[in-house]
Amino acid sequence: MLRGAFKELVRYPSALAGLVVIIFLVAVSIYTVITIPYEEAIRLWRGGEEIWGDVPKLAAPAWFNNFTAKKRPLTIKMTSDDEAGVERKQAQVSDALWTDDVVYSFDYPYDDFPQEIAVTLLAQVREKAPYVSLIWVKPDGTEVRLADMAVEGGKRVYRVSQDEKLGRKLKLPENVNPVVGLFAEDPTAAEPVPMKGTYQVRLEGTLFEPEDTLQSKLVVYGTVYGWAGTDHLRRDLGIALLWGTPVALSFGLLAAMGTTVLTMLIAAIGVWYGGWVDALIQRITEVNLVLPVLPILIMIGVFYTRSLWAMLGVIILLSIFGAGIKTNRAIFLQVKAQPYIEAAKAYGASDWRIIFFYMVPRIIPTIIPSLVTLIPSFVFLEASLAVLGLGDPVLPTWGKVIDDARANGALYQGLYYWVLEPSFLLMITGIGFAMLGFSLDRVFNPRLREL
Amino acid sequence: MTTMTQTAPQAAPASERPVLLSVRHLKVWYELRKWGFGLAGYVKAVDDVSFDLHEGEAIAIVGESGCGKSSLMKAILGLVPPHDGQILYQGQDIFAGGRAGLRWYRSQVGYVQQDPFGALPPFMSVRRILEEPLILVGVKDRDERLARIRAVMEEVKLSPPEDFLNKFPHMLSGGQQQRVVIARAMIRNPKLMVADEPVSMLDASVRVEILKLLRQIQEEHNLAVIYITHDLSTVRYFSERIFVMYAGKVIEKASTDELLWHPQHPYTLALLNAISDPDAANARKLREVPPGEPPSLVTPPPGCRFHPRCKYAIEGECDVNVPPEFPTRPQHLTACWLYDERYAQQRQALEADLGDLA
Repeated sequence: MLRGAFKELVRYPSALAGLVVIIFLVAVSIYTVITIPYEEAIRLWRGGEEIWGDVPKLAAPAWFNNFTAKKRPLTIKMTSDDEAGVERKQAQVSDALWTDDVVYSFDYPYDDFPQEIAVTLLAQVREKAPYVSLIWVKPDGTEVRLADMAVEGGKRVYRVSQDEKLGRKLKLPENVNPVVGLFAEDPTAAEPVPMKGTYQVRLEGTLFEPEDTLQSKLVVYGTVYGWAGTDHLRRDLGIALLWGTPVALSFGLLAAMGTTVLTMLIAAIGVWYGGWVDALIQRITEVNLVLPVLPILIMIGVFYTRSLWAMLGVIILLSIFGAGIKTNRAIFLQVKAQPYIEAAKAYGASDWRIIFFYMVPRIIPTIIPSLVTLIPSFVFLEASLAVLGLGDPVLPTWGKVIDDARANGALYQGLYYWVLEPSFLLMITGIGFAMLGFSLDRVFNPRLREL
Repeated sequence: MTTMTQTAPQAAPASERPVLLSVRHLKVWYELRKWGFGLAGYVKAVDDVSFDLHEGEAIAIVGESGCGKSSLMKAILGLVPPHDGQILYQGQDIFAGGRAGLRWYRSQVGYVQQDPFGALPPFMSVRRILEEPLILVGVKDRDERLARIRAVMEEVKLSPPEDFLNKFPHMLSGGQQQRVVIARAMIRNPKLMVADEPVSMLDASVRVEILKLLRQIQEEHNLAVIYITHDLSTVRYFSERIFVMYAGKVIEKASTDELLWHPQHPYTLALLNAISDPDAANARKLREVPPGEPPSLVTPPPGCRFHPRCKYAIEGECDVNVPPEFPTRPQHLTACWLYDERYAQQRQALEADLGDLA
């Protein structure tokens, strides 16, 4: 019977499309859970500078470059231990003086300026801090002395955009990022253009003890990153979008299953036992139907907990006695009057056996389509809660990405990807389940086909 | 009547066999509620009905719709608790033994319903349908269940059983469906079968076969049968006695031939007159039917419940006192005041009409 239903289902193109979307989402979920385990995802998503320090802020997805003539820069990251593009010369000058020179060379073929240039210096010294000079070499050979500094405390980060002296040295107008000055062909032009070619950063280090070491790292932050871009905390949105999929699916499925199954059972019990049991269920339903779900959820989120699974429990509890009780009851009342129920009673089937084996199977064909169409509405509810600031504090979800985007004015800043990516996923989830659900409805309730 | 000439099975006289089921002053009253609570009265669907059913005996309960025959049947099946009175099965009140007692009693009773399609759960296969009653009496072994199912299917002529075991009710014809219903009723080897209009929803062509099958099963298993119908023309197939019900009361009890050939009660007379036989003469004959409608069961008329529609009614008697059962002929009890010694004169009009029928 089920196989027949499936065969009939795949005759509907919309059902096939819906199935494809759902299978895609499920595949993404499985892939995500396997490749980024839960703890790892949480660690990454809650991580700060130590994890995301080398990633540009608010970067658009890298594939944007495929659709624009103006290529935006990717991030260039090099360390003093790398082979390619790095030349390192270490030498002893005297008994108490060693040099450690590193030359970083990189190609810059992009049409836009990078976000930032940072050089991180790590020193392991016994006494006297090493001394470092940084020299910037443009493709045309002009040199700019960036900074001279002692690596005090073992670590020092030099950021070009925070170096006001450099701006003055380059004779840049006010409010122009020194990074532009380092890359532009003509920094004073109204719309400066970056010079293409091979740039060099020369790092001249001076050490004072034979055991002292100096490590360095150069990061030229681009303005595009990964397949999903990054947010204001430099986090890769890909993690949230990937992990949002299993969270959304399991939340939607659990909530839809929980409410549908429990509603059906409660309606069946009410109809079967009748009398005060039925009356009580009906009154509870009528009261519950006028309770505002969202404000209750907001109150719970504000005063008690924002855990996704606690919210799930509350949503199921509040939706059990929903309108479904009334529609299920109408069907069960018809089923209860069927002669085969009387026959079952006459041959001694118990109340529970009649409810589960004789009444429930009759309603399952009508329940399956509504269950499927109900799933996205709970996914949306979760996203709405997140946008209202009631998202789970730990889990990365689509709703929380939208909430972050809203809180950081993504749309005002033109960071459309930040809002559109999670919205697109929410949308295809909704459409996928809706298309499958409507087709299921036609398969299981053939009378609808004429409409 | 001419088309139905078979006579009821006549083994040992029914009255000599032990009593299987005894109905004593049974009242099935349904409560009427006002505003959802507060008793507003009763629907007196069955009001003071008594009879004995012997082992292997087939009785028919006849009456028009709404006369209480279905309520009587439901009480006998233990589906509706009686308001008053008792139903004794082998001397035991079926409701006295609690849940377990009722469960055991139900395993002794088979139930054949009117609408075969509605009587079978549409989502269960024939095999599952027939398995359910066996599971409920604790037959744990699958093979044992299957063997029993096969045996019963052969018996109701659903053979070979393999062709039907995995079918769903909607794949079967009406006659086959009713055979599955009969098989389900017989699967636990009951001693009593309650058949509620088992052929009224079947095609005329299948009716006779199903009736013959029921009769064959009844004879082979020495089954007591309560056959409920509104159709007197099917009664002769296998009932030994007929009870005629009107407005919650049994008004006439007699052996089948006795009742069909010598009806005594004015209502029975009207019922027999209403049987339509395929006879061209009937088209030109205007049938005489009693005026009016069956009475309300909430406030039934005092005295004899048929008196408002009875043209022989005796004022001051029929509309005041409930008639007792008069032994009007051998094996024939009639609840009608006309058979009281005092009203021999008034009876003559009825007897004249009865003569016409014969």
